[in-house]
Amino acid sequence: MSQQARIRAVIADDEDLARQIIREMLQKHPEVEIVGECSNGFDAVRMIGELSPDLLFLDIQMPKLDGFEVLELIADNIAVIFATAYDEHALRAFEYHAVDYLLKPFRADRFEAALERAKERIGKKMSATAEQLSAAARNPGQYVERIVVKDGTRVQIIPVEKLDYAEAQDDYIGLASQGKQYLKQQTISSLEMALDPKNFVRIHRSYVVNLERVTRLEPYGKDTHVVILNDGTRLPVSRNGLKRLQEFLSGR
Amino acid sequence: MHPISGNFRALLLYLAAWGPVSAILIYLFVSLGGLTWTRASALAIPLCLVFAFVCLSAWYSCRSIPLVSSGAWLAHLATAMVASLFWILAARAFADVLSTSESFSGIDQQLAGVYRILFGTGVLLYLLAIALHYVLLSNEAAHNAEKREMEAYSLARDSELKALKTQVNPHFIFNCLNSISALTSSDPATAREMCIRLGEFLRKTLGLGEKSQIALGEELDLVHAYLAVEQIRFGKRLKLEETTDSTAATFPVPPLLLQPLVENAIRHGIATLAEGGWIRIEIRNGSPQSLSIRIENNFDPDAPKRGGANIGLKNVRQRLDTTYGGRARFDVRADREQFQVALEIPAERTT
Repeated sequence: MSQQARIRAVIADDEDLARQIIREMLQKHPEVEIVGECSNGFDAVRMIGELSPDLLFLDIQMPKLDGFEVLELIADNIAVIFATAYDEHALRAFEYHAVDYLLKPFRADRFEAALERAKERIGKKMSATAEQLSAAARNPGQYVERIVVKDGTRVQIIPVEKLDYAEAQDDYIGLASQGKQYLKQQTISSLEMALDPKNFVRIHRSYVVNLERVTRLEPYGKDTHVVILNDGTRLPVSRNGLKRLQEFLSGR
Repeated sequence: MHPISGNFRALLLYLAAWGPVSAILIYLFVSLGGLTWTRASALAIPLCLVFAFVCLSAWYSCRSIPLVSSGAWLAHLATAMVASLFWILAARAFADVLSTSESFSGIDQQLAGVYRILFGTGVLLYLLAIALHYVLLSNEAAHNAEKREMEAYSLARDSELKALKTQVNPHFIFNCLNSISALTSSDPATAREMCIRLGEFLRKTLGLGEKSQIALGEELDLVHAYLAVEQIRFGKRLKLEETTDSTAATFPVPPLLLQPLVENAIRHGIATLAEGGWIRIEIRNGSPQSLSIRIENNFDPDAPKRGGANIGLKNVRQRLDTTYGGRARFDVRADREQFQVALEIPAERTT
C-alpha cells in the first residue's frame, strides 16, 4: 500500500451485481480504496460511522433504511454519489445538491465524470450537507412518515404518529416518543418542514408539538401560555405559537 | 322534462314575463275594441294566463321539428294559428260565462269585435314562444355536448391510466439492465441468459395484454420468465416454492393476473429483506369448477414504504370484478411479517 492520499469509499447497494459493477469500475483507480460494502441501510449507517469514508456510493431503494434516511444519519462531510435505477423526483433534487447521480445502467465515462466531481469536492472539503440533500429530495407537499435517529450504534425508527414533541437543543433536536428521548443532529426548522402541518405545529421557537397529544391550553404568567400533553408534559407557547395553535384548534 | 314547467323558478319568471303581455292586450282591447279598462282587464288577464300555458306546448313541436328542416316555419305557423283559434274559442266560452253576471253583460258581443286582435296577437305570441323554446333547446344541447365531452375525456384518461398501470415497471427494467451490464464482464454467459429471459418476458407481456382470457399455463410462463430474471438479480436472496396442479394449465384466466402479484411480492417482500426472503405460489384446481391461487411472501414490516402496492392489488381486484362480477374471490391478508393474496376464480370463458 502506497502512502499517497487515498480516497476511502463505501458502496451501499442491496444488489450484489450493482455493487460489483461499481467495484469493477473502481479497479482502474488505485487512489480509491473500497473500505466497505453493505446491502442495507442499517449496515450503511453503522459502517459509515465506524469507517468515516470520504466517498459513498448510495442506492436509494434498500432494505431497512432508504438512501435518503441513510443520508440523514451520517456526517455531512462525505461526498455522496447516488446510483439509482429510476427516480424522477429525486433526480430533480440531485441536479442542485448531490455531488452526482448515476442512472443505472451507466456508462464507464459517466462513472469517471462522477468520480472526478467527487474528487474535486473531497479536495475542497465542501459539499451539500446531508440535511440539505435529503430535504431537497423530498417532494413539495409530501411529508415524512417516519424519523430515523441514531441511538448509540443502533438506528431507531420513530413513526411520526408516535412522536410527541420535538425540542431544539443547540445543534440538536430532542425527540420525545413514548416516554423516551432521542437526540438527532438536525435543526428544528427543517424538522418542522418535514412534518405534516396538519398534525404538527411549531408552538415556540424551540418546540414542535404533535396536535394529537395536546389536551389543554392554559395561560401562564402575563403574556404566555403553556400546552399540557396527555402525559402531563408542559410545553411553553410563544405569542406566534399561540396564534398558530388557535388557528388549528378552531379549524378542527 | 320541460325546461320551464319542470322548474319552479323558471315557471315563475316565465309567468311574470306575461305581465307586460297582458298589459298590451288590455291596451289593445281598450283602444281598438272600445272596452272599458275594467272589462278589458277582466277579459285579458285570465286569457293571457291560459295562453301562457298553451304556449308551453311549443316545446314539443320544437323538439320534434328541428329548426334546420325545410318547412319548419310553415309548420310552426300552422300550429300557431291552431293555437290562436283555440284561444279565441276559450275566450268566447269565458266571455259567455262572464256575461251572465250583471256588471259584465254584453261582454260577449264586445269580444266578437276584437277577434281579429286576439287572433293576430295569438299567432305572434305563439311564434315568439317557439323562438324562445328553440333557444332553450340549443342551450340544453350545448350543455349536454359539454357533459358528454367531459365524460369521454375522463373515460379516455381512465383507460390510459389502466394501460400505464399494466405496463412493465420501469424500475424493474433499469435494474435488470444494470445487472446485465455488471454481468457482461464477470459472467458473459449469465448476462446473455438474462437478456434472453428479459426479452421473453417483455414479448409475452406485450402479447398478452390484448387478450381477454388466456390459459393459466401461459400466464405461468410469463410469471416464470419474470422470476427467472429476478432470480439472477437477487441471487440467493430469492427463494421460491411453487406447487401447481398439473391439470390446471388449461384453466382460463384474465391475462397479467398473477404476474403483478408476484412482482408485488418481490418489490415489497424480497427487496425489503437484506438477508433474503421467500415466495410461495400454490395453485389448485378446486372442485368442481374453480381455480384457487395463493401467493405468499415474507416482508420487513419496518422497511421504508415503497409506493405502488395498492395500485397493483386494486388493479387485479378490478379486473376480477369486470371479468367475473361477484363470482371471483380475492382476499388480501398481512400478518406481522407475512403477506398473503388468495384468489378463487370460477371456470368461465369470456368471449
